[in-house]
Amino acid sequence: MNMMSEAAVEKALDKNMSDAPLKMIGKDVSVYYGEKRALFDVNLNVRKNTVTALIGPSGCGKSTFLRTLNRMNDTIDGCRITGKITLDNADIYDPSVDVVELRARVGMVFQKPNPFPKSIYENIAYGPRIHGLAKTKADMDRIVESSLQRAGLWNEAKDRLQEPGTGLSGGQQQRLCIARAVAVSPEVILMDEPCSALDPIATAKVEELIHELRTNFTIVIVTHSMQQAARVSQRTAMFHLGNLVEENDTDKMFTNPDDQRTQDYIMGRFG
Amino acid sequence: MSSTHIYTPFDEELKYLARRISEMGGIAEQMVADSVRALVNSDFALAQKVISEDAILDDAEKQINEKAIVTIARRQPVASDLREIMGAIRIAADLERVGDLGKNNAKRVIAVANATLPRQLSRGLEHLAELALMQLKEVLDVYASRSVEKANSIRERDSEIDAIYTSLFRELLTYMMEDPRNITPCTHLLFCAKNIERIGDHATNIAETIFYMATGAQPEGERPKDDSANTVGALAD
Repeated sequence: MNMMSEAAVEKALDKNMSDAPLKMIGKDVSVYYGEKRALFDVNLNVRKNTVTALIGPSGCGKSTFLRTLNRMNDTIDGCRITGKITLDNADIYDPSVDVVELRARVGMVFQKPNPFPKSIYENIAYGPRIHGLAKTKADMDRIVESSLQRAGLWNEAKDRLQEPGTGLSGGQQQRLCIARAVAVSPEVILMDEPCSALDPIATAKVEELIHELRTNFTIVIVTHSMQQAARVSQRTAMFHLGNLVEENDTDKMFTNPDDQRTQDYIMGRFG
Repeated sequence: MSSTHIYTPFDEELKYLARRISEMGGIAEQMVADSVRALVNSDFALAQKVISEDAILDDAEKQINEKAIVTIARRQPVASDLREIMGAIRIAADLERVGDLGKNNAKRVIAVANATLPRQLSRGLEHLAELALMQLKEVLDVYASRSVEKANSIRERDSEIDAIYTSLFRELLTYMMEDPRNITPCTHLLFCAKNIERIGDHATNIAETIFYMATGAQPEGERPKDDSANTVGALAD
């Protein structure tokens, strides 16, 4: 058996990331949809190069919180946000912030794979083109290849780059969407139930991809499957009725959580 | 464990458990060998080394258990993955006990040191320890190779150790009857012999655990045993 270096062991073993630097800070975040309040003074930090999982029953506010991190809620009429969210200590709700640029830095992958009705190549190239990241065709080819490599899709897609992205299987489409998110070199990737439409093998591939992406990106994932949260994350945050109940190392969260409500939820005893 | 998991951190965790078990095995083996050498040569410094090394095994067992619990909670293992983790917990407990028994032998070195016992007796003890250590070494090799046949053959050989233990028991009794001043050192040596015999039992436990890990079934039949030591000295009809 190969002796691994201690550092490699630590990384491989998902050593808790509670001392990683903070990438995003959410302070007293509240969200209102018209009169209805969806989030209550949530204080939750996102650590760099860490997978943070948001869990909780339906309607608990976990997706709402995720969407505040790249201002996705801006598009919803009557949605109002109070509190403060920073990315590298800069307020993302400051009037001077360019939302398009913010979303290039904080990318998103959705529940249902939603490739553009274009070729695989164009799906990846679209983002870098509008952000002016490639000067030449060769630059763009490189970005497309490296993005597909990073998403673990290159070997499956390299001979069919000009075929429509919608012709891929569901799992491949989702990895294409992850490649598309990665193509603009974001710093943070938000994932909203990225595996809920996938079979177990495709899910395992996406989870392995998430594990690899953590080296270069910071990831926040919303999932209904607490088993998935347990598998892929280093930090877990549990939401309930719009409140953040507990945030902890995933190891601790799934062996001995501090809050009784977390315990009841993960053990399937929610009353 | 022939194929790998799509989700690679799980493989790393299983490898970590296997690596820690092998480390524990190596330390336990060394402790037992050293404790017998210390006993035979009245080497107090070596005995002290064995005594202090026990803490390493205690810590390793705790760490293996903690990692196993977290791995079960986070990876939801099934089938051979689940047996692999349960096996690691059980083998770690056996190895920790082996360390305790080695330490117990080491603690008796001072009590035995002043006695002048025949060379033949320590030869017998050494031979018993050689057999137990061979069982332990082979079972650790089997842990690495997962060979079901070898696991079975280790299990079958435990009765050899039992037989030698019984003959040592008889021998010690004769020395005690010969001269009451021998009773104290001989009683200590009797415990040492019993400790070594139990190390063989732990090796057999580990062989059974490995059999279960590899096949999902418990080994069949009673464990071969020669426990006539239990009746040594009983009055014949």
